[in-house]
Amino acid sequence: MKADPRGVLTGEHFIDGDHACCEGALAAGARFAAGYPITPSTEIVERFAARVPTVGGTFIQMEDELAASITLQGAVWGGAKAFTVTSGPGFSLMMEHVGYAAMTETPCVFVDVQRGGPSTGLPTLPAQADMMQARWGSHGDYAIIALCPNSPQECFDLTIKAFNLAEEFRTPVMFMMDEVVGHMTEKVVIPPADRIEIIPRKYTQKPAEEFLPYKGNGAMVPEMARTGEGYKFHVTGLTHDERGYPNMTPQIQDKLVRRLQNKIQFAADRITLCEEENLSDADVVVVSYGITSRVAQRAIDQARERGLRVGKLRLITAWPFPQERIRELAGRVKAFIVPELNLGQMALEVERAALGKAETYPLTHAGGGVHNPEDILRAIVEARR
Amino acid sequence: MSAELSVSVSNEDLGNPVEPFLRSDRMPHIWCPGCGIGTTVNSFARALIESKIDLKSVALVSGIGCTGRVAGYVALDSFHTTHGRAIPFATGLKLANPKLNVVVYSGDGDLSAIGGNHLIHAARRNIDLKVICVNNLIYAMTGGQTAPTTPDHATTSTNPYGTFEPAFNLPHLVEAAGAVYVARWTTFHARQLSRAIGEAFQKKGFSFIEVISPCPTLYQRRNRLGDGLETMKYYKAMSKVRTGAPTSEVGLTMNGEIIVGKFVDRNRADYQTMMRAQYASSLGEKFVELEAVCS
Repeated sequence: MKADPRGVLTGEHFIDGDHACCEGALAAGARFAAGYPITPSTEIVERFAARVPTVGGTFIQMEDELAASITLQGAVWGGAKAFTVTSGPGFSLMMEHVGYAAMTETPCVFVDVQRGGPSTGLPTLPAQADMMQARWGSHGDYAIIALCPNSPQECFDLTIKAFNLAEEFRTPVMFMMDEVVGHMTEKVVIPPADRIEIIPRKYTQKPAEEFLPYKGNGAMVPEMARTGEGYKFHVTGLTHDERGYPNMTPQIQDKLVRRLQNKIQFAADRITLCEEENLSDADVVVVSYGITSRVAQRAIDQARERGLRVGKLRLITAWPFPQERIRELAGRVKAFIVPELNLGQMALEVERAALGKAETYPLTHAGGGVHNPEDILRAIVEARR
Repeated sequence: MSAELSVSVSNEDLGNPVEPFLRSDRMPHIWCPGCGIGTTVNSFARALIESKIDLKSVALVSGIGCTGRVAGYVALDSFHTTHGRAIPFATGLKLANPKLNVVVYSGDGDLSAIGGNHLIHAARRNIDLKVICVNNLIYAMTGGQTAPTTPDHATTSTNPYGTFEPAFNLPHLVEAAGAVYVARWTTFHARQLSRAIGEAFQKKGFSFIEVISPCPTLYQRRNRLGDGLETMKYYKAMSKVRTGAPTSEVGLTMNGEIIVGKFVDRNRADYQTMMRAQYASSLGEKFVELEAVCS
């Protein structure tokens, strides 16, 4: 379906990534946000708080992130598209409810504008050190979807995509911004509402007596029931059978947890998005994402000017990780260089996917700034030796 | 023979009147013999019957613990959430869908310890929720550890030499935080409890009903307070109905009086009423009502 025009601020804007993310959420149909203030993410909900009463919706500032991350899920079951917004310390507090959303298959979006950590770390300065937390942060096994915008325009476009993926797969989607992308101001073009594709929630058409709330359809994603329509359904974070009833047997645990994992992993080809350049002749590939991909671009351009055969692979989805693409490239390139604002997180995935067929060189940075493009260029030169 | 007994009963009437409110396919339940939680569910079901409320509109949200399992046994849209977070989940549910009657049904440890911050803030905001807090004075599901409600000197698995922390007086806490309706009953007072739940459904705003309930397996046994029946006798003998009692005076002790009754019944605009009024006055015609949108 097309976007509700009331939420779409069609036109050209000069706004930062945080504000663009908010507009993306509104365009996607988000009418509920619960938040707790934290730098450098707060501008997203500040804008939402100002905008949402004019489009018919609710913002509530909760008492903490534990509350915000479950309040939004109550709102989802109440019928809204909902999200929350945070940064590292708050993201840590929200992990319990990332797991609850995964287990109960509650479609929702968690925005993390990453800053330096661990703990309070660098409140106003960038990092990309929550990438593994986005994948593995809650206990237990589940798959996740995570997107990494690298510009205010992508903060708009990919936020819509995040909400659409959440509905399609009934999963929490992690929207992994960073402080620089969040606070970077650029032109953002918001198209007319009739050119924005929205995936609506898939509500069951079955009568209550035939409806099983956790019976996956062909795509392994169950339909939802609307609260208040007499379905008398049950939702629990306990291991549950297709009726939604608690069941503590290894058989039901196996069936449920594998479905939660497989509904995303089996669709990885369809979900995964990369931006690629010059891979056909490359012998070295720079793998990057978020703000680091823009710093890396300069190094790649300089290397190309020198005649070095370097390619670019930008992760737009970090999770599911595009392991097949990396594996295929590893068979014909010499090395991957992975600059990121952490001590080597996605580099581990690249190395894993490469199966030893190509070298992987992490180019680490503990956060608080961005890489110097010259360091990336030097790494490219050295990797080709 | 009393007049009541002389009324003829048809075969259909012989079933348990609360059965339609339960998920019979989930019986037997997990609660121990002598536990009071089932009694509270019975009172809750009777309140729903008597209030003639549209059951489709009732959503029940629980946290974790013995009382947290109520959500799994009622034939309603029901949500068994995470430990302590029933109230914020219910807050989102209610704000997104104001037509729902949202009930939070959970235990003392869930609502007042791990969820204590949410309890006071929901009361402060006056979110239109009906909170039923079954207080068995202990963490029962995990084996009888000290809760914020455990009375002074009681023995628990984590205070084997007796507790020494002062306990929360929950009615006092929620009144101070802003609740519009506060009552306490015990599981001996099944009818009064049912009436109180019915009254809470008539209130708009944050309503809190504390139900003192036995845990014969862990609290009563460890403190040599007898079985479930003995506890009913204690509740009967030591409960004093004091409607309108100052909540500062209703704290509990291990063997003492239990002050019960309706303590607070006042009116104050609820969160969504205040929100709409504020938006309407600040935004005028630009304000779009929530009901106009469906996702």
